[in-house]
Amino acid sequence: MVKLLTKPVLIVGASMAGLRTAEALRRFGYAGPITAIGDERHAPYNRPPLSKEVLSGDEVTFESVAFPQRVATADVNWVLGNRAVTADLGVQTVTTADGQVFEYSNLVIATGLRPKQSVFANNLQVGRHVIRSLDDAVALRNELRPGARVVVLGAGFIGCETAATATKLGCEVTVVAPSKLPIQRILGDELAAEVMRRQRVEGVEFAMGRQVTDLVGADRIQGVLLDNGTTLPCDVFIEAIGSLCNVEWLEGNDLDISDGVLTDGNLHARKRSGDIWSNVFAVGDVAKFENALFGGETRRIEHWNIPTESGKHVGQLIAFQCQIEDPTVDGEVRAAAVASRDAVLTASFKPVPSFWSDQFDVHLLAFGLLTLADESRLVQGDISGDCVFEYYRAGELVGAAGIGMRSVVQGYRNAFSREESK
Amino acid sequence: MTVKINVDMAKCQHYGQCVFEAPKIFRLNNDDKLEYTAEADDSELANVEAAIDVCPMQAIFIVE
Repeated sequence: MVKLLTKPVLIVGASMAGLRTAEALRRFGYAGPITAIGDERHAPYNRPPLSKEVLSGDEVTFESVAFPQRVATADVNWVLGNRAVTADLGVQTVTTADGQVFEYSNLVIATGLRPKQSVFANNLQVGRHVIRSLDDAVALRNELRPGARVVVLGAGFIGCETAATATKLGCEVTVVAPSKLPIQRILGDELAAEVMRRQRVEGVEFAMGRQVTDLVGADRIQGVLLDNGTTLPCDVFIEAIGSLCNVEWLEGNDLDISDGVLTDGNLHARKRSGDIWSNVFAVGDVAKFENALFGGETRRIEHWNIPTESGKHVGQLIAFQCQIEDPTVDGEVRAAAVASRDAVLTASFKPVPSFWSDQFDVHLLAFGLLTLADESRLVQGDISGDCVFEYYRAGELVGAAGIGMRSVVQGYRNAFSREESK
Repeated sequence: MTVKINVDMAKCQHYGQCVFEAPKIFRLNNDDKLEYTAEADDSELANVEAAIDVCPMQAIFIVE
């Protein structure tokens, strides 16, 4: 049996990535204590429906998005509604906002992102929203009444999905963004233009190539001022302009936190020297990792499959390492753990990124890293109906995306996985 | 022993992520709609649990 370690594995971020790490720890034989600290008062829940299915329902509830809790992780010590404020990797402690000090054997950084927000001269908050947390979605849902004039700042996935949902709820929606087209950086011009065309057909207005320069109103928002001098009437202002990494609590440690947490190809946090912390890992949206599938450059990937896959990778590594270091396990078990750990390390973390998005009847599905592409080609179907695009960087396939045609799009995931085995 | 599987088809959006994790259980049909086998050998349990994890809509359940 695995000996109980006195110091727990400490997961900071009670998120999907944190939960998946805890589950993998148990599945791969770690029987010691696990503590998970989260700043929200909720246990881990599923965020994508917050801008879509959940927001379009009559009521937003925790139960509708909560991840099921498994028996194996029932004894995880969830410390919720509390925030990590500092960490000292040298002495292996994390301190929370209420002054508690948590020791750890292994630290898993899963603190994720928070929405970026603009700074306006008029600092009015009533009628102003973001969507990241369940509480954000609850507050927004209450204001999306039929006839409400909604301005969405930002034309990425969250902005476009929210615009679609608000329109379906009977709101009059305008999307404002500095780019020419929605989701342009990821989808490329052709598919992005088609997404905008279909949103317009459904009634969404677009003010593209524009910026919001200030808010108008005294007690609550009445309008937004654009950089061309016009004012858009507005009851509900939603900012969906990207995210910031929650890494400030790690300041003062030997880490590169300039864009998330820089890691190696196995999600070990890197020191500034390039060496790694063998007992500090990053998972989910904050992990800036090398991915051998896409040239080995380091990048963060804010797609939904990354928390699950990174949590599994790190949970396995820690579980096997703890068995190796446990003096009470017999030689055979230890040898097996060494072999398992080494196999995971050799395989390294090489996820095929995937995203999907639903906006009205547009169901997008993609595999790969479309942002790398310098060229996209329509390879199947008709752009005004169901279609598939391939994305290339210097002639090499880096991704594929489709509207509908899911079986075809799914084939591309295997194409990337096969390249991995080359 | 067998594992019994239920997919809440009101929640399912046919993303097909489960197909990669448990290809013996889940598949997309010719209309890109999800089809699945409701009962499988216990040896499929780990794959089904992986499919549950990757379901964007969290629509897959093991029936106790």
